[in-house]
Amino acid sequence: MAIKRPKGSFLEKNLHIIFPLPAVVFVIVMMLFPVLYTLFLSFTNWNLTSGMPLSIVFLKSYQKVLREPRFIAALGRTFSFTALAVAVETILGMIVALILNREFRGKGFTKLIMLLPLVSTPVAIGIVFNLFYDPTIGLANFVLIRFGLPRQAWTGSAATVIPSLAIVDIWQWTPMIALILLSGLASLSSEPYESARVDGASEWQIFWRITLPMVTPTLLTALILRTIDALKTFDIIYAMTGGGPGYASETLNVMAFKYSFEYFRMGQASVILVFLFMLVLFMSLLIVRMRKSLEL
Amino acid sequence: MRAALIRKILFFLVILAIVVPVLFPFLWMLTSSFKTQVDIVAWPPRLVFSPTLQNYERVFREQNFLKYFTNSSIIGISAVSLSLLMGLPAAYSIARYKQKRLSMFILIARLMPGISFLMPWYIIFSRLKLMDSYIALILSHMLITLPIIVWIMSSYFETIPIEMEESAMVDGATRQRAFLSVVLPIAGPGIVTSVTLAFIFSWNNFMFSQVLSMERTRTLPIAIYNFVSYAEVDWGAVMAAAVAIMAPAIILTMIFQKYVVKGLTMGAVKG
Repeated sequence: MAIKRPKGSFLEKNLHIIFPLPAVVFVIVMMLFPVLYTLFLSFTNWNLTSGMPLSIVFLKSYQKVLREPRFIAALGRTFSFTALAVAVETILGMIVALILNREFRGKGFTKLIMLLPLVSTPVAIGIVFNLFYDPTIGLANFVLIRFGLPRQAWTGSAATVIPSLAIVDIWQWTPMIALILLSGLASLSSEPYESARVDGASEWQIFWRITLPMVTPTLLTALILRTIDALKTFDIIYAMTGGGPGYASETLNVMAFKYSFEYFRMGQASVILVFLFMLVLFMSLLIVRMRKSLEL
Repeated sequence: MRAALIRKILFFLVILAIVVPVLFPFLWMLTSSFKTQVDIVAWPPRLVFSPTLQNYERVFREQNFLKYFTNSSIIGISAVSLSLLMGLPAAYSIARYKQKRLSMFILIARLMPGISFLMPWYIIFSRLKLMDSYIALILSHMLITLPIIVWIMSSYFETIPIEMEESAMVDGATRQRAFLSVVLPIAGPGIVTSVTLAFIFSWNNFMFSQVLSMERTRTLPIAIYNFVSYAEVDWGAVMAAAVAIMAPAIILTMIFQKYVVKGLTMGAVKG
């Protein structure tokens, strides 16, 4: 602080502690404590329906869960869903951002339209897509048939359920990547472009040599944030398929939800959560690291 | 001259190719909400039909949607207000005292999977007989709204020149007084951004309410979800419900468009 005050009240001297205190206490009580409790439960075999008191079994629940083929499948599915959705969102988002990165009439309107998916209720969106995907009355099959393609079962078959769900995620979140990149592009200086044009570089070269490197920090942050959210995707999957058919669309989050609130196997549910938690924590630390290294 | 015109038309078509896929699910939802069940299950899908309001009538009269609407509003508004009360001072402190770690700590609450605190809450709230209570839902929704508010507001406070407070403090105001009467009044745009986004994300939340609420405090996303768990889906009513749920968030977004774009992209662009 630039100003030295001879006398300050207790509140003013400790403002940097007192101001954040309520928020910090809230987060500790509502988040940190529950997360630690989940960690503790993962070392127990607690089952709410059995009526038995919980007993500490150390790593037994971990062993049990890790030997469960359903868990391994869910882990793999969490990755493949995330990879598919985020890859398509990034590429499409980049293309859309490059197209929109110029002045034209109706730009504000276009940006407004792009905002709408981001603020839509995922459960409701999932249900709207269920109407599209409906095998008998859905528009999706109508379009396929019109183009002479065979009907698909969409979310109804194990083979197509993950891509079908990823389409919903892509529809909802590509605009976010595009908007983030768009504001990243808008903040770039025009100098390197001008000198590149003077040197006769092609648009393609300009994109790879100038635009992409300059927009990379923004792109990476957007990508990691999106990856974290995609790993946690719950609403659309739970609302559209409930993890089915069978377990064909069950991701870690959906599986943990079912283990806790449908089977009440709290011990094993906690183990699944610990894994999901570590995944997300790893990605979060990556963000922190990257922010630090890029700011240098 | 002609080449320029063709370019213009081509560009317009490209923009359409972006806008139409984004808009289409909304349009289909909206038109379906005015269709009878017969029109909805018709094959091929009908584009021309005589619109009806019966779906909306069913949703609001028979399904008690107004009550869930009220619940979602009570929970969203309370969670946002309490988060502002806690979040604004915290965000100010983070911005002015460069408390990077603190901001990361609160950001992690935004990144963690909600279910990793949901299970303990479920156990604790059951023990405290707080299941299906507004308190439980408001507290849980605050874990969505508080990080959004702190995150957006701390970046916003950083953009306010420190001289503003310093000149007030030279005149004898304390720092907390300077915060209340100098900083907050000019932080309006930031507050609008954070409140809009926080409210929308609370409004859309499904998982917390699905576990912690029952009939009394049920929110809209749960209501629409329960709609489709019946054997035969009443598509028209479901679409009307979907329109009703999304309308407030969409209207808010249209009003505060500029702010919403900023809020959603702010964290990332900072690098």
